Amino acid sequence: MISVDVRSKSYGDVPVLQDIQFDVEQGQTVAILGPSGIGKSTLLRLIAGIDPKFEGTVSRPKNMAIVFQEPTLLLWRSVFDNIQLIHPELSESAVREALSEVGLADKADLFPGQLSLGQQRRLSLARGFAGNPDLLIMDEPFVSLDEKTADEMLTLTERLISKTQPATIFVTHDTTEAARLATQILTLDGQPATLKIKETLK
Amino acid sequence: MSVRAFSLLGLLGFWFLVAWIAADPLVLPMPQELFSPLWAELKSGELLFHLSRTLIRVIWAFTLAMSLGLALGLVMGLFPHVDRWLDPWLVVFLNLPALVLIVLCYLWIGLNETAAIIAVTLNKIPNVTTIIREGARSLDPNLKAMTQVFRMRKQSVLQHVILPQLAPFIAGAARSGIAVIWKIVLVVEFLGRSNGIGFQIHLYFQLFDVRLVLVYALSFITVMLLVEWLILQPWEKRVRRWRTA
Repeated sequence: MISVDVRSKSYGDVPVLQDIQFDVEQGQTVAILGPSGIGKSTLLRLIAGIDPKFEGTVSRPKNMAIVFQEPTLLLWRSVFDNIQLIHPELSESAVREALSEVGLADKADLFPGQLSLGQQRRLSLARGFAGNPDLLIMDEPFVSLDEKTADEMLTLTERLISKTQPATIFVTHDTTEAARLATQILTLDGQPATLKIKETLK
Repeated sequence: MSVRAFSLLGLLGFWFLVAWIAADPLVLPMPQELFSPLWAELKSGELLFHLSRTLIRVIWAFTLAMSLGLALGLVMGLFPHVDRWLDPWLVVFLNLPALVLIVLCYLWIGLNETAAIIAVTLNKIPNVTTIIREGARSLDPNLKAMTQVFRMRKQSVLQHVILPQLAPFIAGAARSGIAVIWKIVLVVEFLGRSNGIGFQIHLYFQLFDVRLVLVYALSFITVMLLVEWLILQPWEKRVRRWRTA
């Protein structure tokens, strides 16, 4: 189980987050909603352990994965290596399986720069799920994609989540997106931002 | 390739022209007048002996300066508090004239091979460090966050995430490094060694033999051009493959 208890987070003298507490069980998906600039991504960085400077505690599992807004790939390594190097414990066939899961089976030997943006995002998604994470963190993974591609990505994500069953925390500003994936929706609001609404869906 | 060949031919033509105007082989001989001394030095084995001595010193100093400069630049670029402490040192060493370092090394360590190589290495390290530090400061923070969350191993992060991002900076440091290093090696040999291209140039300078000074200098330039074309450029092309694919 993941427990998030952020008492306060400031940038310099400016407080951005305050009193945010919630738990996520294995297999549950939590969406964090809120207007842009409110501090959603900051909260994710605290949860992921990227930014340790805050007051409070987060208990998180060892096996985590993250999917950023940008694909954040190793552009100088092949598509295959982009999964293999991050997950050295995977066998070659497991890496190929992860690639075919997102429809990139025939792209293994290309460089990420030779893929379209949609394909790069799918590679980033495959990298996230390949290690069977206990906690999956996603930061606006479907933003700035055209409607059709975004919908494909959503369907793909839904399938991978139900197959891998991680605890998932993701940030979005799109309520329909949140409603489709999440079992629980948290809304951030205010200055400094705090939890305004906790809504359980499923 | 053809442009490169033409450009070099142009330089040769310029040499012909100046030598023809000077009309004094003691000052500047015609290019073809170098063939017989070149052949004589090759046959006696002198040229290859001194060439190899210099080349070994260049390889030592280059390897040491690149690896130490790379490590130091990475540490200074990645850890700002270390940078604050070491930056003044860097500025001092960057501005220390090569000649001063060489003379001090010979005085303190003695007129030996160790002093020669240390002198050249110390001359080059600050330069490599400055370039690599710039690269380390511009590493992608998102990739760093990614490797943190996925708990990638340190060794793997260095090899597959950090060094590839630094490749253009390493290539730049290597290219400017190799050119500067062999010039400093010649000075070191000129001042305190009894073999190597620098020593031979010193010898023929005292004998006022312009032909042999040119033979030795040009043979080493040829070696360095071969290093550039056969090693540096193919390596660069390989690590840049992903950009052009």
